[in-house]
Amino acid sequence: MDQPPPLSRDLIGRESEVVLFEVERGAIRKFAEAVQDQTPQSLRGDIAPPTFPTTFRMTIPGLTFDLARVLHGAQEYRYERPLRAGDRVRCRVRVADVYQRTGRLGEMTFLILAMDGTDESGSPIFTGTTTAILR
Amino acid sequence: MLAARPDEELDRGSALPDLRKPPITKLQLVKYAGASGDYNLIHTDDETARSVGLEGVIAHGMLSMAFLGEYLCWLAGPESVRRLSVRFKEMVRPGDVLTCRGRVKERTTRDAVVQLQLEVWAENQRAERVTIGEAEVDIT
Repeated sequence: MDQPPPLSRDLIGRESEVVLFEVERGAIRKFAEAVQDQTPQSLRGDIAPPTFPTTFRMTIPGLTFDLARVLHGAQEYRYERPLRAGDRVRCRVRVADVYQRTGRLGEMTFLILAMDGTDESGSPIFTGTTTAILR
Repeated sequence: MLAARPDEELDRGSALPDLRKPPITKLQLVKYAGASGDYNLIHTDDETARSVGLEGVIAHGMLSMAFLGEYLCWLAGPESVRRLSVRFKEMVRPGDVLTCRGRVKERTTRDAVVQLQLEVWAENQRAERVTIGEAEVDIT
């Protein structure tokens, strides 16, 4: 099978467009139900579960890889406040780092993505850091 | 105090109560794929999973992180969660039963807000820590 070339460090700094996401009550409830999250405020659709920012999906121009060969290594979120139904969140994700390491599965590429979400006036709501491992 | 432990003054080293989740099912993985927008087929299609060397579908790592997010909300209330940082260590498969557990690493006071730094993890029915992490919650 053809191996795609490893990601280039030239991608560092590349970022998505700023995308506006509206936090919908139904989407909060659907997420909480899928997780079987018993938090009453989430089951009612009022407050989004802490990992809800994972639903804000964006693409970075030039960044492509085979989904089936990606491992999610680590994830972090920091919160100024929880997301609530009706919030309109301005999000962006950028490539914070790309590096190669040799591990137990052989040569692997680490891709670090940094995401942030603000309200419409620019006040921060959350930040996220994703470590993806491409084998 | 912590919502889930109103009776106890928590400090460094205190163990936190467990949150046991229902067994993970393939249906749950399909629902989570839809709710989260993660349509990577290794989580929902056995054939795709086998084509990359897995025995069958594996759970989204983010599902176990979501369990830990729920754990923090249960422990401290959803308004009090400040940080959750995890590493995905082991694969989780349908049928696995995860339990969220934790302990207090540090108790700090900043601007009159008391915070707890927590060590949290999700372990499976074989007591293997599949997802491990750190968290920060405010307490009143």
